[in-house]
Amino acid sequence: MAFVTPATLADRYDVVVVGSGAAGGQSAYTLSMDGARVLMVEAGRNYDPVSETAMFQTNDAAPLRGAATPDKQGGFFDATVDGGWTVAGEPYTNASTEEGRQFKWWRPRMLGGRTNHWSRHALRNGPYDFKPHSRDGLGFDWPISYGDVAPYYDKVEMLIGVYGTNDGLENTPDSPEGVLQPPPKARIGELLARQRGRKLGIPVIPIRRAVLTRPLDHRTLPARLHPGNAKAQRILAEDMQNRAACFWATRCERGCSIRANYQSTTVHIPPALATGNLDILADAMVREVLVDPAGKATGVVFIDKRTGLEHRASARVVVLAASACETVRLLLNSKSNRFPAGLANSSGLVGKYIMDTVGGNWGGQIPLLENLPPHNEDGAGGLHVYAPWWLYKEQKAGKLGFARGYHIEFGTGKGMPGGRMGFGNDTGGRTSYGTRLKEDARRYYGSYIGFSGRGEMVPNDDSFCEIDPKVVDKWGIPVLRFSWKWSEHEIRQAAHMQRTFADWIEAMGGVNHRAPSPDGRKAISAGGAVIHEVGGTIMGAAPAASVTNSWSQTWDVKNLFVADGAVFASNADKNPTLTIMALAWRTADRILDEMRRGNL
Amino acid sequence: MNTPEPIRIDRRVAIKWMLTASAGAMLIRTPSFGGVAPETAASAAGRPATGYGTDPDLVKGYKPGDLWPLTFTAAQRREAAALCDIMIPADDHSPSASAVGVTDFIDEFVSAPYPDNVRDGKKIVDGLAWLDAESTRRFGAVFADASAGQQASLCDDIAPEEPANPDLKAAADFFKRYRNLVASGFYTTPVGMKDIGYVGNVPLARFEGPPADLVERLGLTDEVKW
Repeated sequence: MAFVTPATLADRYDVVVVGSGAAGGQSAYTLSMDGARVLMVEAGRNYDPVSETAMFQTNDAAPLRGAATPDKQGGFFDATVDGGWTVAGEPYTNASTEEGRQFKWWRPRMLGGRTNHWSRHALRNGPYDFKPHSRDGLGFDWPISYGDVAPYYDKVEMLIGVYGTNDGLENTPDSPEGVLQPPPKARIGELLARQRGRKLGIPVIPIRRAVLTRPLDHRTLPARLHPGNAKAQRILAEDMQNRAACFWATRCERGCSIRANYQSTTVHIPPALATGNLDILADAMVREVLVDPAGKATGVVFIDKRTGLEHRASARVVVLAASACETVRLLLNSKSNRFPAGLANSSGLVGKYIMDTVGGNWGGQIPLLENLPPHNEDGAGGLHVYAPWWLYKEQKAGKLGFARGYHIEFGTGKGMPGGRMGFGNDTGGRTSYGTRLKEDARRYYGSYIGFSGRGEMVPNDDSFCEIDPKVVDKWGIPVLRFSWKWSEHEIRQAAHMQRTFADWIEAMGGVNHRAPSPDGRKAISAGGAVIHEVGGTIMGAAPAASVTNSWSQTWDVKNLFVADGAVFASNADKNPTLTIMALAWRTADRILDEMRRGNL
Repeated sequence: MNTPEPIRIDRRVAIKWMLTASAGAMLIRTPSFGGVAPETAASAAGRPATGYGTDPDLVKGYKPGDLWPLTFTAAQRREAAALCDIMIPADDHSPSASAVGVTDFIDEFVSAPYPDNVRDGKKIVDGLAWLDAESTRRFGAVFADASAGQQASLCDDIAPEEPANPDLKAAADFFKRYRNLVASGFYTTPVGMKDIGYVGNVPLARFEGPPADLVERLGLTDEVKW
């Protein structure tokens, strides 16, 4: 089994998984390692990071110095191919033209999806994050608790490799002994931010990122991950030895040809293929989930993008892992006499409660970091430290004016110069040039700091997606129409971010080029801009108030599961990818158990 | 520099000025911005309809001209190179911008088919035309043929973000945009990266973090916890 075409598909699989990113990769991995016969269907092309990743290419070897263009919207060397904020022939729409009511949707069309370019930030949700309604009366509690997910966080971290430390901070969980990889040393600007952040009460600790800082322990980890499964252990032990540790060069957004960081295509898919149990069908756009007269899912209908022809794939179980909104679209487009409002939508909640992460950016210049002696600051190809949310008590006491927290990511140092340079714009309102520009460049390069707040959004009734009644994509499939609105909680949070960042820059002795805006509407990112959209088929304890149960199994169709971020009942400030993988693994275990028991 | 009051001129007049300027005549007034751009090869031949597509080969290296035709005329190229080297001249540390191919990058930028490039590229081409017209008006020579002192006096008038003469605002915006493009072009080359002190992009066995004496000098020794 391996890469298949519509002509070489098996007649029937145990499980068809729609999507190949964090959710699809983890689902396919867990299921195939335990013996299930799996078909993974990907709308984009096959992609091989080992041969296709630009590792050491400098920006002068790229068109336009590597700057983003409509063709490569994350920059030329960003791993994303065939996608971005727009996908040719595959539109989506917004219900409102009002400012601040727009939603942006990032979609790659490639094997591995967004995992190929993501930042590798792998933060665990904490105990509060599964019970937010119980804490502040807003949004929804999940039907599961941190304790239910913790063992799966452990497993995912051991499998993919995550660096970080255990700091014992509130709602920022530790990992068990021997699970994490050692963190990289902090860069000089990160050390300065840590020291000066303390004056403001902001803790700075190693961030958790899915990057190997040393080789995985292939002798012990496979047995911990797959107890009693000798074949899985052997395959994983071998695959772990084929992943190199980081060699401290090139940005992770490019992907990683030495497989030092996690992407579905370097970590999940290779061992899953090695089991012989996984077939992968690329360039296949799934249009709908098929159901039989009894209301059970029987497989999917897809369009072979190379021929435009429609085909079917059959399976005992269907797992949707297409990314939250694409999963919603699939369900809503799977209409039948039995399910006239779309599949698994008896609650009417499919598409509701789409959440993104609140984003707020701010930057400044730090004189203390000028003219530093040259030294290599590439590090692990991304952040080494961050600040977890620290004002839990003030927030609980109602002192902040917004309900949920944010963490702070910040970048410093001398990264590889790219296609958007400019120095010395702050020298007395004069654009420096000539030898002065060269001096300015030497002086200022590496002295800037850029902050990004990443905050929790409270789900609301005005943020959702539905099928646009008029628009179809080039395959004839009806597209999504988004409605979006930030509430005052997010808007005030964004203003708080900007104020905090400006204060932090001052505490570092730095220069804010303008005053922070007290109006959060000016500080907040567009909906979808952080690319953390989740929700749309939220999980819950009751069929009337949720789309899936606590196992991500749809209430209405028992052999239909949602493995991606659509099941999130809240969207903690923590980046969602690690939680998506932990839940996908947990769901796959449930599917295996239920298949063994004959319930599926 | 006493710059006379500028007036609005139409394109026909501007071209006439350009022609008379090349004959050595002095113009009296500052030309308007955007009104004096000659037909470029790009506007004459039409731009390529598409760029490199959504799935280019990322591993292969590219140079300007590989993916879409460069469109500077010989005169524009000469002027662009002169302005590149005013922005980034050679010094004891590194060569000038044009010496490491930045002119080609500017040409690639203004010739690219993407909407931002079409918009900004026009500003660049208009700016170069304005600069030649203004140089001709002041000095009786196109910019590339003006003396270093003449070039500097002209640049100094448009280097302030808010120029003393408000009619030079568009020229000042062009100057800054051009400066940043030249910086992008230069500091992304190996020579530029070395000049600026970027020493990464090499595989390492270990990541050591910042040098200990630097950490100590900034008073950050206590922060090194891991």
